[in-house]
Amino acid sequence: MSGEHIAFTIKGALTGAQRALPLALSVFAYGSVFGVLARQTGMSAVEAISMSGFVNAGSAQLVVLDLWNFPLPAFTIILTTLIINLRHLLMGAALQPWFSQLSTPRKYLSAFFIGDENWALSMREFQQGQRDAAFLLGSGLMLFIAWLASTATGYAMGAGVSDPARWGLDFAFLAVFLALIAGMWRGKSDMLPWAVAAGVAILASHWLPGKWYIVLGGLAGSAAGAMRHAD
Amino acid sequence: MLTNSILTILGMALVTYATRAGGLWFIERVKPTPRVEKWLRHIPGAILVSIVAPMIVKSDSAELIAVTATVIVGIATKNVLLTMLVGIGVVLLARNFI
Repeated sequence: MSGEHIAFTIKGALTGAQRALPLALSVFAYGSVFGVLARQTGMSAVEAISMSGFVNAGSAQLVVLDLWNFPLPAFTIILTTLIINLRHLLMGAALQPWFSQLSTPRKYLSAFFIGDENWALSMREFQQGQRDAAFLLGSGLMLFIAWLASTATGYAMGAGVSDPARWGLDFAFLAVFLALIAGMWRGKSDMLPWAVAAGVAILASHWLPGKWYIVLGGLAGSAAGAMRHAD
Repeated sequence: MLTNSILTILGMALVTYATRAGGLWFIERVKPTPRVEKWLRHIPGAILVSIVAPMIVKSDSAELIAVTATVIVGIATKNVLLTMLVGIGVVLLARNFI
């Protein structure tokens, strides 16, 4: 990768947006749930939509709804958000081989659109030879639009929105990630890091709150991968 | 009340963006060694597996059938949309008929 030219074009962004369409379906289901719950929590429409627009992080937003009681525990809410989103630090670092050549504005504009789904999709694309870094931005914009639109839709429809489980849409998230993992397997060298990641994540999800299990599983698994070929 | 909630939302936005930009910012300043580059390359798989493994452990039997079908189609086709649709379809069938 180093030394190779990395592009950043509209075409790359459009490819990203197009590939992210199936993921947008899963994000839409998730965002509608957020919209419905935000309204039930007593958030105004402006608050719910601006949270989706400025924060743009599904799991943190859903967890924070539990804390959204007046007077707002602002510090607890912001700290919880930070902890849930710590996994982004690892995800951003992993983008380095493809992003280091980009100009600062392009790099840090793209960073806003790092989300679990489109980051995973982009990493798979980059691993398979995609050399246009705008792919991440395009896929992120597609999911951002789906996230905003579904927040508004869920909020407007309130409880009228039907349960995603009735349509199997609750499974969409897991299915998307399984599909991405299937495309990421590079052979036996992945076996140990993946097993370590799975074991640590399962244990951590059992004992620790929030999304610590993703941070710890990701750290342990990738560290195992880096150690393994010690020479 | 409103300003308070908007300020809280802006605070959330700020820390979230810091996590998104911070990892890249930091790694560019430590000048990755080959070992660190190896580590970076293993992050995506490890994070994805960490996201799904606990979900699979908590799955009921209908979901486990759908997980199996999803993985098989995913490996065979490498097509995200198709794989997702198969997963959703199988989970719907399994929930209604098992």
